[in-house]
Amino acid sequence: MKYLFKILRFDPRQDEHPYFQDYSYETEETKSVLEALMEIRNVQDCSLSFRYSCREAICGSCAMVVNGKFDLACRTELESLDSPLIVVEPLPNLEIQKDLVVDLDPFWEALVKIEPFLHSEGAIPEKGHRIEDEKIDKIFQYVNCILCGCCYSACPVVSKRENYLGPAALAKLYRFVKDPRDKRPFKNWSRVNTEGGAWGCHTIFKCNEVCPKEVRPADGIEALRRKLIVEKIKSLNPFKR
Amino acid sequence: MLSHDILIVGGGLAGLSAALSSDPSLSVAVISKVHPLRSHSVAAQGGINAALGNNPDGKDDSWERHAFDTIKGSDYLADQDTAELMCQEASLTIYELEHLGVPFSRFPGGVIAQRPFGGAGFPRTCYAADRTGLVILHTLYEQSVRQNVRFYNEWLVTQLVVKDGRCLGVIVYDLENAEFMPVQAKAVVFATGGYGRVYMKTTNAFINHGSGIGAAYRAGVPLKDLEFVQFHPTSLLGKNILITEGARGEGGYLVNNKGRRFMEDYAPRSMELSPRDIVARAIQTEIDKGNGYESQYVHLDIRHLGAEKIKKRLPGIREICINFAGLDPIDTPIPIQPAQHYSMGGIDVDKNCASAVEGFYAAGECACVSVHGANRLGGNSLLDTVVFGKIAGKKISEYVRGANGVTDSEKNLLDAALKFKNRVEGWRKKDSGEKFHILMGRLKALMNEKVGLFRNKNELAQCLETIQELREAYEYVYISGPCLRFSQELVNIIEYESMLDLAEVITIGALNREETRGSHYRLDFEKRNDDEWLKHTLITWKEGKPQISYKDVFIGKYQPAERKY
Ligand SMILES: Cc1cc2nc3c(=O)[nH]c(=O)nc-3n(C[C@H](O)[C@H](O)[C@H](O)COP(=O)(O)OP(=O)(O)OC[C@H]3O[C@@H](n4cnc5c(N)ncnc54)[C@H](O)[C@@H]3O)c2cc1C
Ligand code: SF4
Ligand code: SF4
Ligand code: FES
Repeated sequence: MKYLFKILRFDPRQDEHPYFQDYSYETEETKSVLEALMEIRNVQDCSLSFRYSCREAICGSCAMVVNGKFDLACRTELESLDSPLIVVEPLPNLEIQKDLVVDLDPFWEALVKIEPFLHSEGAIPEKGHRIEDEKIDKIFQYVNCILCGCCYSACPVVSKRENYLGPAALAKLYRFVKDPRDKRPFKNWSRVNTEGGAWGCHTIFKCNEVCPKEVRPADGIEALRRKLIVEKIKSLNPFKR
Repeated sequence: MLSHDILIVGGGLAGLSAALSSDPSLSVAVISKVHPLRSHSVAAQGGINAALGNNPDGKDDSWERHAFDTIKGSDYLADQDTAELMCQEASLTIYELEHLGVPFSRFPGGVIAQRPFGGAGFPRTCYAADRTGLVILHTLYEQSVRQNVRFYNEWLVTQLVVKDGRCLGVIVYDLENAEFMPVQAKAVVFATGGYGRVYMKTTNAFINHGSGIGAAYRAGVPLKDLEFVQFHPTSLLGKNILITEGARGEGGYLVNNKGRRFMEDYAPRSMELSPRDIVARAIQTEIDKGNGYESQYVHLDIRHLGAEKIKKRLPGIREICINFAGLDPIDTPIPIQPAQHYSMGGIDVDKNCASAVEGFYAAGECACVSVHGANRLGGNSLLDTVVFGKIAGKKISEYVRGANGVTDSEKNLLDAALKFKNRVEGWRKKDSGEKFHILMGRLKALMNEKVGLFRNKNELAQCLETIQELREAYEYVYISGPCLRFSQELVNIIEYESMLDLAEVITIGALNREETRGSHYRLDFEKRNDDEWLKHTLITWKEGKPQISYKDVFIGKYQPAERKY
């Protein structure tokens, strides 16, 4: 099969504008977009830059936009695109560092803001914590997040509102407050009770749509909102603390 | 010059464990060539071992049984004191990880679930479905965020700088800024992972080139037991993505083209749950005998586990099969074949993770303590990374608190950085020559063919010759891309030199070791030979070439006996 790749190129330290470069690529085998990019790099143009590591859709390195669709390049098979023309672009709404490599710092910084670590209390229980499997099942949906950045990059609110935490961070927060071991006080996480936090989301579900791991982060945001309301009511009721 | 008390190279499980256990009053930093969460540890699936005794069939389990299984599994090449140390620490390590946030799967009653794994007398592998690496790596990363660990991401360490037996720091290539610079440190820990990509067929990430082990070797640190290369029995046909041993732990069968569970002929008692070396050879033997499919693979059948169990306990495997093989294991058997998976050997360190070079430590897959000897048991590597990563962090902190400064350290580092820069310039000046990917492809194919599951003298000797040719070709390698920012070409050219070194060390070790032990199977010496070969191989880069020596194995309670499964 013969393909024409149009790949977005940009080196902000040299180029004035991003531009598309064409590469023709031919293969008889089943190849992923990532494998094709690597071959194009090796054989045709060693200056082409992109990130990768695991090649099995678990490390979150290779998120990009292929023929308009957000996905991991390593799990996107050329054949599945059903087109001889393949347009490859970096994740939007993030600064391009070079070609398909984008600066994810805003994404990581948003994550840090929700204190993304278990607030467990006290000493390690001698025989471990006791947690029913159903409780673990409930958070596992969010635990599956590989922090690839697709949802953050695709979210229309992130692109407009600078301080919006974005889907992955908010879903991660929900993963922790839902964890029976997590003892963070309500006043700590109620900080997301704002437009920059849980209420910023316009429930457009773009994040759910683009997530390659079926995390459905917007489910987490909605659940977080419900929990915020419940906790708020609880904290207002002087008889039940 | 950038300077830290402790530099940790590698942001996988071993590196993050080391960072978290280092003395926080010291200045500690982690350098990694990818963001820590992109490290290969994230891909670990099946689980991590500890004799918690939570499985109803594992009530009588103990750390001693775990240690015995580890030593027996190692074909008695593990140092028994270190294997015992790891197993003794295991239960507490699991509870610590859990307290830090790891969401392990559960048994009724809420205790951590445990599944059977190969070569283990009891079901002792703790797991989070089949995403154990993901959850542990993310948890340790979260803790590093909490502790404000300093990270330098997308920096490739190209050289370990050692002067007069003392470690001074490293040279790095900063991918974003295309800069080459020295980083000074009182002590350095390498936690740089394995070298799986030296082989064509491997379960490892694309980035696993082994350049950390290579850098240590070039700095004169001995490498130990590199000939012991683990081939995992079950990698998905095609891309060789791992299908976890957990699939067999949950009850999966290996079936040949006659529809037979052929493990009966090789290990009638343990069947599919024998150690990996035995199962991998059995599969390859079936394929070679014509009992495979298309002379390439056999089936891993998990259909009888039922949709519910597969979705709950093996969701990642199902996703991999659907994404990468276009099949659903609920309805269709999985086509699998053995592939390189793990390195038992590595940088020679003692039980404090200290090497022969003062101030230089190593932990995780890049190190050889040795707890895995000639064959590692599934679920023991994650344990190794966390336990020894932690030990490394503590011991290196102790060392740094007592260490004196080195005069001329800066000058030596600057010289080394300049030399390196000139080398890069040399590759850049050429406008024709050898391209890295062609050389790399040849090396990988060579290793797969000549230093695989079954080895013999002729092929190993031929392999060494070809490696020599590839070395000569490397002299002509050149950089074709005009820009050095985020240049994977440059990364690959640098790492390829390490790959050549490691290929050579693996092959020399394999050629000299005239016996069969664990993963090292010599068709011309099919028996284990304790009289002559119950010893570790050490290979050191000295005076411009590899020099071989040997070191005793620490035998404790368990006298070497024949392995039967
Ligand atoms: C698919 C798969 C599944 C597995 N499943 C299991 C399992 O279920 N149970 C189990 O016990 N074991 C398992 N293993 C083995 C285990 O996952 C690995 O041995 C272990 O994770 C290695 O961890 P590490 O920290 O030593 O290295 P890694 O996680 O590989 O990390 C290496 C780090 O070093 C950095 N690095 C490397 N070289 C350089 C350099 N030159 N400069 C700068 N940085 C560098 C990398 O960026 C990375 O951060 C599995 C292995 C594979 C391949
Ligand atoms: S929620 Fe999905 S899309 Fe967003 S970072 Fe996590 S895995 Fe990626
Ligand atoms: S649902 Fe909310 S978080 Fe998700 S993409 Fe839409 S606005 Fe963003
Ligand atoms: S390379 Fe890891 S997710 Fe694609």
